[in-house]
Amino acid sequence: MSLLQLMGTHGLGWSDLLALLAHFSMLSLLAVGGAITTAPDMQRWLVSEKAWMSDEQFTAGVAIAQAAPGPNILFVAVMGWHVAGVAGVLATMLGIMGPSSLLAFVVGRWGRRRGDSLLLRAFTAGLTPLTLGLLLSTGWVLTAPVRDQWLAMALVALTALLSVRLKISPLWLMAGGALVGALALR
Amino acid sequence: MAEPVPLGDENEPALLLPASKTELFRVFNRLALQGFGGVLPVAHRHLVERERWLSPAQFLDLLTLSQVLPGPNIVNMALIIGDRFMGWRGALAACGGLLLLPLLIVLSLVVLYQQAAHLPWVAGALRGMGAVAAGLIFAIAIKLAPSLRISPLGWPAAAALVAATAVMVGLLRWPMAWVVLSLGALGMAGAGWRLRQLQRQARRVVP
Repeated sequence: MSLLQLMGTHGLGWSDLLALLAHFSMLSLLAVGGAITTAPDMQRWLVSEKAWMSDEQFTAGVAIAQAAPGPNILFVAVMGWHVAGVAGVLATMLGIMGPSSLLAFVVGRWGRRRGDSLLLRAFTAGLTPLTLGLLLSTGWVLTAPVRDQWLAMALVALTALLSVRLKISPLWLMAGGALVGALALR
Repeated sequence: MAEPVPLGDENEPALLLPASKTELFRVFNRLALQGFGGVLPVAHRHLVERERWLSPAQFLDLLTLSQVLPGPNIVNMALIIGDRFMGWRGALAACGGLLLLPLLIVLSLVVLYQQAAHLPWVAGALRGMGAVAAGLIFAIAIKLAPSLRISPLGWPAAAALVAATAVMVGLLRWPMAWVVLSLGALGMAGAGWRLRQLQRQARRVVP
């Protein structure tokens, strides 16, 4: 039994794992609005281009990571797990955290620049609209498995409304979604 | 960096230092396990109010820095805090505390889901949770939207950038790298140009 089989890689070879690592490393540096903004590209690459997981698995993975305690970034580990077991978790997590962490480490030590310089303000102001557009894309992409079910789409809209209007814990909304789904979205 | 120096300035003498790398690990582990749907608010409560490792102003400074940097904000923050207190080993301890146990929990839940995904009610529950997850992301976008009104780009240009990004990435499914690099460059150039203009006008008014 080879090392790759032991790690449960579902038949992916070293070159696939390297591609996984490389793609997520690239996304790491693009994740200016938080890691969730790169979810549309993960879905495009993993589901549409490589066919390594399904729409259903992708959205369920994000939902599980959001319902569990801990940083939201862990949805990336779920992607890795679906694609290639433990080896996949290592590849996706090292990829998404590696380059950005290295940068944070260097900037944290030596980059003591004030946050009000013109360059920095142009950077943030220029990228905020992109973050918003990417968040809208993420929301839309996550609805992929349920777009033909009106009840599920109503649940999406209701959740957004409740979350904006009330100061309600996302955990309650998740529990409500699970209940509605178990009863009516089978 | 070798010597742990309190991050505080002189007029905030009440700040404390983590006793050891184990304590760094423990505190970040605890705040991660209490954070459902986002760890940052819990991080503020623990690091500023409970442990008193950071003053509110320092927390805000670190938050801004972590948000400007690419990558997950809370991981960036843990890294920088751990490093300032105890060097790169401290950074590893803080990140490890933040990620290790939550990672095991999430993966256990996924394995459970994989075992039970064939049951119709489990698949349905996950579909419902997925819909809620999508709704929560839309809610973040809606809450962020008012910030476009004060964008130096002016809101019509900023809204056009939002729409262009959403269409290219969400609907047309173009690779994100090209979209972000081109539209991002456009946005930053526009914002830089407008900010410099505003600065010049301000100088003319107030000599």
